[in-house]
Amino acid sequence: MANPFEYNGSAVVGMIGSGCVAIAADRRLGIQGQTIATTFDKIYPMNESLYIGFYGLATDALTVSSRLKYQLNLYQLRENRQIKPKAFMHMTSNLLYSKRFGYYFVEPVIAGLDPVTKDPYIATMDLIGCPMETKDFVVVGTCSEQLYGMCESLWKPDLEPEDLFETISQALMNAVDRDALSGWGAIVHVIEKDKVTTRTLKARMD
Amino acid sequence: MADGTARVKGGFSFELCKRNEMLKKAGMKFPQPKKTGTTIAGIVFKDGVILGADTRATEGTVIADKNCAKIHYISKNIYCCGAGTAADTEYTTETISSDIELHRLSTGRKPRVATACRLLKQYLYRYQGHIGAYLVLGGVDTTGPHLFTVHAHGSTDKLPYVTMGSGSLAAMAVFESHYTPNMGVEEGKKLVRDAIAGGIFNDLGSGSNVDLCVITADGVDYIRPYDVANVKGERVGDYTYKRGTTAVLDTTVRHFEIVSERVQSTESMET
Repeated sequence: MANPFEYNGSAVVGMIGSGCVAIAADRRLGIQGQTIATTFDKIYPMNESLYIGFYGLATDALTVSSRLKYQLNLYQLRENRQIKPKAFMHMTSNLLYSKRFGYYFVEPVIAGLDPVTKDPYIATMDLIGCPMETKDFVVVGTCSEQLYGMCESLWKPDLEPEDLFETISQALMNAVDRDALSGWGAIVHVIEKDKVTTRTLKARMD
Repeated sequence: MADGTARVKGGFSFELCKRNEMLKKAGMKFPQPKKTGTTIAGIVFKDGVILGADTRATEGTVIADKNCAKIHYISKNIYCCGAGTAADTEYTTETISSDIELHRLSTGRKPRVATACRLLKQYLYRYQGHIGAYLVLGGVDTTGPHLFTVHAHGSTDKLPYVTMGSGSLAAMAVFESHYTPNMGVEEGKKLVRDAIAGGIFNDLGSGSNVDLCVITADGVDYIRPYDVANVKGERVGDYTYKRGTTAVLDTTVRHFEIVSERVQSTESMET
């Protein structure tokens, strides 16, 4: 049987632009080679300008996302303010590391804007919650090597929201086209300080 | 209730172990957590200790992070370099850092390196090597400069110059041929740089930059990066896609209603 990370297939990317961030994912849900759905969401909104996307076993992604949402709701009720992306990253990391010896098969990508300063933020972590924050892009997925190649050559600093959208979309679509397990459509969220633009892309469906 | 809040209790949760064991029996191949193929090193010099680290994190043979920080904070006068399972080094040092801070508050004394070392080895020994943290611990306290290595199984060494990680052999070769007792600061910094560079260029698991942390009785000088051993070349071509290249099926825009905007600066909490 396959590795749990290659059971459902997925690809998620996060990218920083000028005063904005983008997070994108493919939309396939499969059971190994068999495609079950082509409209499966892998990115979950946590609040209006904070999103988390998961690579890995879909059942665990759903569990982790709802546990995080539950914890986040309690946090926001208790503190009466929106969470900072970095604090949310630590919340996720703590949840994953608490299961150090019996882990969830997920690797998250977090993208958002700071609720006060509006600074863009992206981060990812491994399956036991080792955080990794970068100032350019983060990738996870069954085609992470292709994604690294695409992002490393397409990304440049200070992309405007429209250019960031083209860059992240092309990086994702060209990477998943070299991976059998991910693809079948894509979704892109571009988060700016006054709005979030969500686009579904026309992609190869094979 | 075994919910995800984990606010009341610390410690690990083993609720998924049974499921994962079942999946393993069913023939699932298990993924490995991120390891840092690493070169970390430290020396004792005339006025204190110098810690050094490379900045590469790997997942298998893929470079996951080109500029990660491997020198972790323990207390104002103690720092700790980590090699091995990345999450374990991160969380082990964080846990001990918080224990040391609580100890400092309850005793009202400046933390000692030996205390941090003892806490680390007792914590790691308890987990019998399953927490894969290989550490270089250094600092200056009232009893002078101290430098330790701590292995994942809980053994420790106290030496004037130490190296750890996959690049430890390359780094130790540099120390063995050039280390002398009572070195000056600049001489010491250069020696640690050379040792880390030895790992960066001769060990595939290590790479990118050299970070240094100089700890003396007067304070800490965390230099990140001390040396950019590998400068990224300028991109000559421009691969930017023209706006409108990507075919979009549908777009939804959610505007935020900004009722009032108020920027409030708050003092950041001491962590």
